[in-house]
Amino acid sequence: MVKMFKGTKPSRRSFLKGALAAGGAVTGAGIAHAAPDTAITELQPWSQNLGDGVDVSPYGMPSEFEAHVQRKNVEWLTADTVSSINFTPLHELDGILTPNGLCFERHHAGVAEVDPAKHRLMINGLVDKPLVFTLQDLMRFPRENHVYFLECAANTGMEWRGAQLNGCQFTHGMIHNVMYTGVPLRLILEEAGVKTNGKWVMPEGADASAMTRSVPIEKAMDDCLVAFKMNGEALRPEQGYPMRLVVPGWEGNMWIKWLRRIEVGDMPWHHREETSKYTDLLENGSARRFTWEMDAKSVITNPSPQAPLNHGKGHTVLTGVAWSGRGTVPRVDVTLDGGKNWHQARISGPSLPMSMHRFYFEFDWDGSPLLLQSRAHDSTGYVQPTKDQLRVVRGENSIYHNNGIQTWYVNEQGIAENVEIS
Amino acid sequence: MSKFLKILAPAGAGALGVLGSAYMLADQFVVDIPAPARGTIVVAANAATEDTTGTEKTSVSAEPMAEIEQVEMMLQSPEGGFSLGREALSEEVAAWDIDVRPDGLGLPEGSGDVFTGEEIYLENCAMCHGDFGEAIGRWPVLAGGDGTLDGEDPVKTVGSYWPYASTIFDYIHRAMPFGNAQSLTDDEVYALTAYVLYLNYLVEDDFVLNRETFAEVQMPNQDNFFMDDRAEVELGEFSKEACMENCKDTVEIVKRARVLDVTPEAAEGDETQENAAEETTEQMTAAETTQAVDDASEETTEATDAIDPELVAAGETVFRKCRACHQVGEGASNRVGPHLNAIIGRSAGSVEGFRYSSAMQDAGGGGLVWSEESLREFLTNPRDFLAGTKMSFAGLRDEDDVAAIIAYLGSMSE
Repeated sequence: MVKMFKGTKPSRRSFLKGALAAGGAVTGAGIAHAAPDTAITELQPWSQNLGDGVDVSPYGMPSEFEAHVQRKNVEWLTADTVSSINFTPLHELDGILTPNGLCFERHHAGVAEVDPAKHRLMINGLVDKPLVFTLQDLMRFPRENHVYFLECAANTGMEWRGAQLNGCQFTHGMIHNVMYTGVPLRLILEEAGVKTNGKWVMPEGADASAMTRSVPIEKAMDDCLVAFKMNGEALRPEQGYPMRLVVPGWEGNMWIKWLRRIEVGDMPWHHREETSKYTDLLENGSARRFTWEMDAKSVITNPSPQAPLNHGKGHTVLTGVAWSGRGTVPRVDVTLDGGKNWHQARISGPSLPMSMHRFYFEFDWDGSPLLLQSRAHDSTGYVQPTKDQLRVVRGENSIYHNNGIQTWYVNEQGIAENVEIS
Repeated sequence: MSKFLKILAPAGAGALGVLGSAYMLADQFVVDIPAPARGTIVVAANAATEDTTGTEKTSVSAEPMAEIEQVEMMLQSPEGGFSLGREALSEEVAAWDIDVRPDGLGLPEGSGDVFTGEEIYLENCAMCHGDFGEAIGRWPVLAGGDGTLDGEDPVKTVGSYWPYASTIFDYIHRAMPFGNAQSLTDDEVYALTAYVLYLNYLVEDDFVLNRETFAEVQMPNQDNFFMDDRAEVELGEFSKEACMENCKDTVEIVKRARVLDVTPEAAEGDETQENAAEETTEQMTAAETTQAVDDASEETTEATDAIDPELVAAGETVFRKCRACHQVGEGASNRVGPHLNAIIGRSAGSVEGFRYSSAMQDAGGGGLVWSEESLREFLTNPRDFLAGTKMSFAGLRDEDDVAAIIAYLGSMSE
């Protein structure tokens, strides 16, 4: 018998603390170097030696120095990793598009590894003619490109009772924003011919959870897509390869992955994911159902607990993301003093309905503690509420749809923490 | 449908194809588009001069052809459709159309009683949901929780929360047992549904569930659900003008995440420190591994050649699939499954205090000892190897995963 790895390894964290104590001091801004910078004066190997030729990495990967940029799981949240969730590292990203490999994952029975040659999409129920499509059939329909955010209704759900997780990846990372290529669901339904009493559709997944949700026919005929590409390439298996439903602006659970069937009916199905889950329990014990739209929301991604201000006082770039399930986000306000005074942030990049928006606010940090918040205004005039405003209406038990304003406390050292303020 | 195109974008430019050349500032350039066009994109060809605050109105040049407004037209089905796909056969629809609704539509022929349901439940469900639906670990609680919904710790179970009995049948039928979905017969699903209702005191112990008796079941929480009313209750309240200056006199921190300390460890690192330390950390890990191997070779004369730290590490990753039910390592105890310390060389079904299936007990009694070979067969397809095992895991398809996990388990000696 083989024996090894006795005892526990020293944790990475304790090692990091040690390394810091040993003196890896961060150079402050504007401080003159005593000695010439060896990054300049010494010849670097990449400046002298030849690098890899083409084809070394036929499918390109990020620099090895970016290896820490990863989706992460919060283990205590769920019973196991097969029916669980991990989180997009928002603090490592910029712009509005989420790289495919960093889009958060949520599965109910693991990642289905579907063979596209054996995948079918069936339309049945209250239609003139039940139909079956292959992926090839689907790709002969006219298709469209749209950038949409997908946010899990439970995003920020762990924060209802107070500040809990220290990092925007964990408080806000159940979201991604990609460009989908797909066929309007309306065209597919019209091909089968929806009967006049067809008022609801029920998309169903091919995975071992056979995920289902009820979607009103108005939404199905409006802007839903059956998508097969994300950011230009095939959907990733964990995002529903070879096809998924796109339900713009509505909670992520409805965006059925590994989509294999859509049934048309005259009433909702009230299946598990729209009764026991994804209903919002209020303080009096009653519960809202069919809370589909995602309310306007924003979060400052930098600085944040995982991305502290390391550079000391001076010119500072604050950035974050904002989105709304009801339209665009024409305006984001930012406060540095916990909401005493607000400043309008600068939005840069495309402003598309039901897509993430990127905002920036540059300021001269004097090194004193900060209480940072951002506040989104969407194109309907809705203003992102505080968490306390939400609690007044909903109590603390609803789990889902927590779009309250997030606060980061940044101390004199630039370390950021998830807090709530009066 | 070209009426929605003000100026046709250059041929070949897709809906977003020209975005790269121009950005919009906020939605100041988004214009109202006739109803049928959605997902509208309006692009100014001359990128707006971005002011740093975004407060000033930025005007678009009025010169002819200085801007192109591109509006995506709504796609239409041609008369008679696209003639794509084929008609679904009735057998095909029957194979997939398994959904059940609150009015009972979709319930198949068949029936099942509470006692039969209990037997099936103990064999297939109790390892996660507990013998009485109380749940093990963080698996879903199925019973109890009455009167908790308006309290501080609501317990949402089938009895206390679920509005419709049809959902129980539908969900068990489509997704349970976890890891072996759609393996139960319709009669078994009826019996299990009856048993879960019985666990919640919603039916008597002599209840037999079928299409007819289904309508008798009353779910106590059915009337406590109501349609999303945010439009009436919240949208107006949250659409008031926002204060920008001197909004409050004092600000106090009232809650802090650090007090709880439940964030995954790696998340707390300072980015720069992590980057700076990355290389050293890797070196340390390598050194540590070497040290561990050295230690191991001092303690055992066996098979140092066979130790492959990378394989063990890979096995640790694969073991995530098992962790929900099995513990291994220091302080490991029995959970849904038995602990796996020193599994190699252990007699099957022999961990004290764990309630094995009779099949596993018989196998152990018959002399089955877990070796690398027998583990490999078992883990590849548990039910093929040992019919009747309680382990609901479907098996590891990848040979490398199996090898890795055996190496990992082999490294966990006691």
